[in-house]
Amino acid sequence: MSEVRVLVGTRKGAFILTADGNRQQWNISGPHFTGWEIYHLKGSPADPDRIYASQSSSWSGQVIQRSGDGGKTWETPGGGITTTPQGFPMGESNKFVYDASPETGKPLTTHQFYDGTQRPWEFKRVWHLEPSLSDPNTVYAGVEDAALFRSTDDAHSEHELAGLRGHGTGPKWQPGAGGMCLHTILLDRSNPGRIYVAISAAGAFRSDDAGKSWRPINRGLKSQYIPDPTAEVGHCVHRIAMHPSRPNVLFMQKHWDVMRSDDSGDSWTEVSGNLPTDFGFVIDVHAHEPETIYVIPIKSDSEHFPLEGKLRVYRSRTGGNEWEALTNGLPQRDCYVNVLRDAMAVDSLDKCGIYFGTTGGQVYASADAGDSWAPIVRDLPPVLSVEVQTLP
Amino acid sequence: MIRVIIPAHLRTLAHVEGEVKLEILGPVTQRSVLDALEARYPVLRGTIRDQVTRERRPFLRFFACEEDLSHESPDSPLPEAIATGQEPFLIIGAIAGG
Repeated sequence: MSEVRVLVGTRKGAFILTADGNRQQWNISGPHFTGWEIYHLKGSPADPDRIYASQSSSWSGQVIQRSGDGGKTWETPGGGITTTPQGFPMGESNKFVYDASPETGKPLTTHQFYDGTQRPWEFKRVWHLEPSLSDPNTVYAGVEDAALFRSTDDAHSEHELAGLRGHGTGPKWQPGAGGMCLHTILLDRSNPGRIYVAISAAGAFRSDDAGKSWRPINRGLKSQYIPDPTAEVGHCVHRIAMHPSRPNVLFMQKHWDVMRSDDSGDSWTEVSGNLPTDFGFVIDVHAHEPETIYVIPIKSDSEHFPLEGKLRVYRSRTGGNEWEALTNGLPQRDCYVNVLRDAMAVDSLDKCGIYFGTTGGQVYASADAGDSWAPIVRDLPPVLSVEVQTLP
Repeated sequence: MIRVIIPAHLRTLAHVEGEVKLEILGPVTQRSVLDALEARYPVLRGTIRDQVTRERRPFLRFFACEEDLSHESPDSPLPEAIATGQEPFLIIGAIAGG
């Protein structure tokens, strides 16, 4: 029978939740990296036991962790006691240095700050790790201040794909309330050269040459909080989702508005439809039904909790516009948690499982595509991210 | 022998229990102590000092002999009691947050 492994990043460590294909009885492992913020961890599609984790803290910065056995044990690539013959430490792990070389970096040194002034780019943390679809030694990292890095040596060394910051709009990017973070990385299985990323608060971007060159893909987005609501960049995109079988169709949860693109991001149309509020953070697509999508509406940008204290997942079977509330098993009173942008995922079992984690420490699972829900665990630290692996 | 005490979460990261003892050749300064610490435990690179600027991370402080040395030059000699191992060099996380 298949197995499901849920990777949960929290404010105070990582947890790994496992179950068989029935998804009723769960084993909980953790906390791993106790006391550290685990913004994200994700397994390699090419080698599911290879898992990468972003471990960080305001005190001690960024550490990349890697497991080769499905999360049972971890190591810091390059962090062991290895030295050159002269006695100097080897390895470059954890070192995220913006490319300022004349050849590729064209020293791009500032972006817009909250007050409109220009500020230097300054690395803060890794928000999202996206392992390559085909090479277990390659992993992409989306970081704050926003940039995209790639490691091709099992996370020993990280190199910026500087064409993103350098394509021209970089100096206009500005932080969202949570910082200026690159939080979404989508790889296209049918087109290895194509990468999508999303940045708060800059927008969405696409590369068609494996990350060398980039362009903004924000036409159709409207953001009332920026001077030009239809500007090329400046939009606070919270999350983008894609179904692997239809990589040209993208779904977006923006700061406000749920959006859809049918042309690889070249243009977007709003599909918020009958949602009670179209503010939110997460969005995801059913594993087998490319037109079935999920969001969790949040009351507003200043009230980060569900409307009326009712935790409701909304599902559209029509690719947007027509939404139904899914409430069975979810708290329908006095619930004031948030669900952050990386905290929803789906498994690929025949009956698609949906998972999300809350800032109240609950991880909810549905083994029937959202019709009913139950908490896997209720009292973790605030959940930052949820990923799911479907194992044979 | 220089004695160094690092914060608990960094001891966990480096798989260290208790004090770290380091041999330093040459002047005993913040820089030479941290260089030796990072050479022994490469996983700590970037966690105490910035990877690029090599400056102390803002939420960590350095103490020795009941004095806050955080704003001293990294190349100033540390107190004799540190150099002789009589007192430990303390790396302490700021008390903040929840």
